[in-house]
Amino acid sequence: MIFTGKVWKFGDNIDTDAIIPARYLNTSDPAELARHCMEDADPDFVAKMTSGDIILGGENFGCGSSREHAPIAIKASGIACVVAKSFARIFYRNAFNMGLPIFESRDLADAIAEGRQITIDSAKGTITVADADRTFSIRPIPPFMEQLIADGGLMKHITKARGEND
Amino acid sequence: MGYTITEKIFMAHTDLKDIQAGQLINARVDIALGNDITAPIAIKAFRAAGGKKVFDKNKVALVLDHFTPNKDISSAQQCKTVREFAMEFGVTHFYEGGQVGVEHALLPEKGIVLPGDLVIGADSHTCTYGALGAFATGVGSTDLAAAMLTGELWFKVPSSMKFVIFGKLPKWVSGKDLILNIIGRIGVDGALYSAMEFTGETIDSLPMADRLSMANMAIEAGAKNGIFAPDAITKAYVEKRAGRPYTVYTSDTDAVYSQIIEIDTSKLEPQIAFPHLPSNVRGVSQAGNVKIDQSLIGSCTNGRIEDLRIAAQILKNRKAAPGVRLIVVPATPFIYRQAMHEGLLDIFMEADAVISPPSCGACLGGHLGILADGEVSVATTNRNFVGRMGHPGSAVYLASPAVAAASAVLGRLASPEEL
Repeated sequence: MIFTGKVWKFGDNIDTDAIIPARYLNTSDPAELARHCMEDADPDFVAKMTSGDIILGGENFGCGSSREHAPIAIKASGIACVVAKSFARIFYRNAFNMGLPIFESRDLADAIAEGRQITIDSAKGTITVADADRTFSIRPIPPFMEQLIADGGLMKHITKARGEND
Repeated sequence: MGYTITEKIFMAHTDLKDIQAGQLINARVDIALGNDITAPIAIKAFRAAGGKKVFDKNKVALVLDHFTPNKDISSAQQCKTVREFAMEFGVTHFYEGGQVGVEHALLPEKGIVLPGDLVIGADSHTCTYGALGAFATGVGSTDLAAAMLTGELWFKVPSSMKFVIFGKLPKWVSGKDLILNIIGRIGVDGALYSAMEFTGETIDSLPMADRLSMANMAIEAGAKNGIFAPDAITKAYVEKRAGRPYTVYTSDTDAVYSQIIEIDTSKLEPQIAFPHLPSNVRGVSQAGNVKIDQSLIGSCTNGRIEDLRIAAQILKNRKAAPGVRLIVVPATPFIYRQAMHEGLLDIFMEADAVISPPSCGACLGGHLGILADGEVSVATTNRNFVGRMGHPGSAVYLASPAVAAASAVLGRLASPEEL
């Protein structure tokens, strides 16, 4: 997978209440959730961002509630992928299960300013910053998780596996 | 090399003869839980995958507790989706209306989760059941769909952190204060991807309600699960509830831990997590003069009868301060009736409290106790993120029922010792 887009920076411990507040959890409609993506972290986020942009977070991105509405809201808003120093564990598995690409990079967030354009090459395991001769490495994804992505998420993965066993 | 309780439960739910921390495994699930917010997405995924039946209708629990009583048309629609699914597939453990309680109080109370179980729930506070000596962890809706379909789920076996807790608990200091103190020490990602195993002489005599509060908040340190080895207290709790056999696992003496943290509780005072992170913890004596608009006593962390008894002890013959909205939420219908029979509801009403039906609504900013811009609530709940209980400009302070009750009376963050 290759993603090129400009980054929107967020700090440490961005929780799922900030990504999609509970007041909007009376629906699971992706388009409706997308309208409120990141609202309690940055009320103007949806108005500012454009499709293909990348969220760049700090430590423990997606902590708190297990609501899958959070990665759904991010994906449906048009955000291409999320890069963070680290991810909270439920958000991490939700993203792989439902098909939002996420990448861990320890150093990128502190090294670049908001609005910079980056290119992520997941096969090479690199992130390059446009107009700068700088490359950052991304933490390798375990083979099982790669398979989940290749199969199109957890449900497609298990239906495929069940089909093969029949 | 020995195994931790968490590793042993995982092994018992696979056909593997050995497992190690970090290993990715598929494990069988004893209970798969969803609620009115998370289950609709799982049901959609389940149906899209062509699900014709749930793997075991006795092993799925669907609890419509978050926006109950239905807060609006959309939330009513979500409940309808789950209800129709539960009826269609004959789900045994389906709760709504007058039978519904806050899921993590309800399932242990009814003996639906038991020691040695492997439990997954599409709710992050599923880790509560670790208090019973079960492995229990919060997952997403897609995970719930997969578990309902296949009875299995993928896991990365967590490494374990051991907390050795000793010393007598001072007056008014509870399991809630212990877990807040621990989160304050290690941070909101201090146990990321790990199991938190609680042991030590303080734990040996710690009541089940306090253990449930502690395991409940393991997620607030980023943990995969919190866990207590079953003992006589566990046995006394589950004996009268268990409708099926269960297995007790304990950690081997030579089990491997990533970290061992010792905590002396003898000097601990009631703890308060300041906005906007559960790790932003101070002792109540360091709280300063923080005026409150609301005090919320309830939730899956602290809505059990023991919590209500402590609150009632403090609120008896007292009133909430003028301008303070005191809300008491018994976590289940059983607890509600218990509180009624014990006269606790009279004490609360004399104190000018609103008694809410069992619901998660106020805790997560859904309904039944929302904060306006600039308002402040002390709450016995588990999260104080920006906007958690209402307007993004509001603030939540997390504390024990004793501190929440005393604060309601004094109109500011306060220790019961001040009354």
